[in-house]
Amino acid sequence: MTTSRDEILNRLRSQSVPKTERPDLSAPELTQQWISYDDPAEQFATMLASVGGVCARVKNVDEVNQKLSEIPAYQESKKICSQISNCGTANVEISNVTDPHDFEDIDFAILPGEFAVAENGAVWITNDGGPARTLYFLSQHVALLVPAAEVVQHMHAAYERLSFETPSFGTFMSGPSKTADIEQSLVIGAHGARSLTVFLVENAF
Amino acid sequence: MPAHPKLATEFVKNKERAHWHDQSLWFVRSKRDAASGQIPEWELLREQASKIKSYTVSHLPDLLEEFEKNANAKGVHVHWARDAKEHNEIVHGILKQHNVTKVVKSKSMLTEECHLNPYLERQGIEIIDTDLGERIVQLQNKPPSHLVMPAIHIKKEEIGELFHEKLGTEKGATDPQYLTEAARQHLRQKFIGAEAGITGVNFAIAETGGFVVCTNEGNADLGTSLNKLHIACMGIEKLIPRANDLSVFLRLLARSATGQPITTYSSHFHGPAPGAEMHVVLLDNGRSEIAGSDKFRRSLNCIRCAACMNTCPVYRRSGGYSYNNTVPGPIGSILGPAKDAKEHSSLPFACSLCGSCTDVCPVKIDLHHQLLTWRKEIRVRGLLPFSKRLSMKMMGWMMQAPRLYRFAGKCARAIVPRLPRFLLYNRFNAWGKQRELPDFPKQSFREWMKKNHDNK
Ligand code: SF4
Repeated sequence: MTTSRDEILNRLRSQSVPKTERPDLSAPELTQQWISYDDPAEQFATMLASVGGVCARVKNVDEVNQKLSEIPAYQESKKICSQISNCGTANVEISNVTDPHDFEDIDFAILPGEFAVAENGAVWITNDGGPARTLYFLSQHVALLVPAAEVVQHMHAAYERLSFETPSFGTFMSGPSKTADIEQSLVIGAHGARSLTVFLVENAF
Repeated sequence: MPAHPKLATEFVKNKERAHWHDQSLWFVRSKRDAASGQIPEWELLREQASKIKSYTVSHLPDLLEEFEKNANAKGVHVHWARDAKEHNEIVHGILKQHNVTKVVKSKSMLTEECHLNPYLERQGIEIIDTDLGERIVQLQNKPPSHLVMPAIHIKKEEIGELFHEKLGTEKGATDPQYLTEAARQHLRQKFIGAEAGITGVNFAIAETGGFVVCTNEGNADLGTSLNKLHIACMGIEKLIPRANDLSVFLRLLARSATGQPITTYSSHFHGPAPGAEMHVVLLDNGRSEIAGSDKFRRSLNCIRCAACMNTCPVYRRSGGYSYNNTVPGPIGSILGPAKDAKEHSSLPFACSLCGSCTDVCPVKIDLHHQLLTWRKEIRVRGLLPFSKRLSMKMMGWMMQAPRLYRFAGKCARAIVPRLPRFLLYNRFNAWGKQRELPDFPKQSFREWMKKNHDNK
């Protein structure tokens, strides 16, 4: 008996589909034409603002702490998590948590982002699949810290940096969670974070 | 099954709503124009996207095997389904094996195509759609009317009423902010209580064995990170060869769909978390047939952005349900007949051939040409309704007899303007619905030519 797999593959193979070429996305004729910005960090901040997020360019973690304390949502937060040392007044210890459901009532999470994309205001975040992955989506408010030097121009440059050799999870996150499913009115805070603040931090952290 | 004109008639009966629907979609179309206008290399991107997809279809069996091999290497279970029935059985089998009774799903038109929800419900499994628009139509017991905005056809007053009844919101409340908050609280309980998450797939990558799911709400991420079982359902055409091809598609998708620079979350799943399980179900369901067709192969390029429906003058004025197909609008009018030409024979005619869909399609599908090709195909297969057949026959007959044509024209110019309305606009003249005949000229073009030309 042939399996569905064989049947599908055989059917596809039995058809004569003219073979075409895959474009070479790293060819200079293409790469020369991709958009670029004089100040990618500025462009990133503009794009992030356009999708409902906030970008702050800061020197160091101290400055992040200063800015955090000025955010009303942060002031009102009862449960705070942080994955960045010396950043935020965390009162929930991440490493103790084994079940992501325990993060259900986290108000504010301070988490790392790997790099930012100027073109669309997205930040690449990645996670090996531990329970902390849910923090990006389950927390009421999220702040991401991204090294200021790590802002790339566009998505082509982004994928040059990425490899997917080992099992992993990663996402481009661009602004807070949102929906426009009720008569096209934009509402921030659908299921995920109600606010997203991205700190582009100059010094190492 | 009622044909498109009949269902569209229902929709346009409510003039105010039809107008509102038209405006809502045009607003989205304008946002798309603004977003694409900000990318100088837009046309270049469309070209690359089209080439990548054509490459994919021409190498599909090899790429599917490559995907399977690489996904397996990352610990992902890959399943193959010939049709909707097999797809549903596979999904149910996995859930049963894990004793799952509560599932959250993020938007997936593929599971709509397979009617997975009613199937699982019959097996005693609770399945909750978590995309807000999908949840709204699920609570109404209806399918989505649009690919990206499933509830675009529903007014906030109706949603308020629905939520009052089902979620206990205040009577008469219509504020989108308030209603969305109520849905957030309600669905959060469902996320927390679910034992498995089902998602669709926007792109699967042969090279890496992973896949990408795009949402604005974060529902795919919440639905899959809180529990230990993730089932992803995809059509075999969702494959792309390499990870860096995503750069092209992610630049095009959200800009074409809603005018956003990128969706809020574009999540890349490459293997299960430690202690969790990940499954991918690959569905054919007629796609391999389309791959073999020179005429319609390019319809498999589709990345389901919905730009073609947002721009389509017929879709905007007749509503998604008038297509009676999981995928409505221009692309649905190609995919529908490919699946069942008899059942969907009216869809290729729900088109003004304006070509606007072809202009906006980010993967350069020649939509209006394929629609025209379908019309011919439907005639050849003898699936035209009698009224169309008769009028085309008469037209063809007259066109072949120049004298008769001239005589008929003369009569029409003399008689039609004097006819009472009821003779012109009646149920035998489908064309006259919602339309006025133009004023008839006093002379034909031929007569005008003769006069003006001869006088020179
Ligand atoms: S056919 Fe083109 S425009 Fe229409 S949904 Fe598919 S990709 Fe988008």
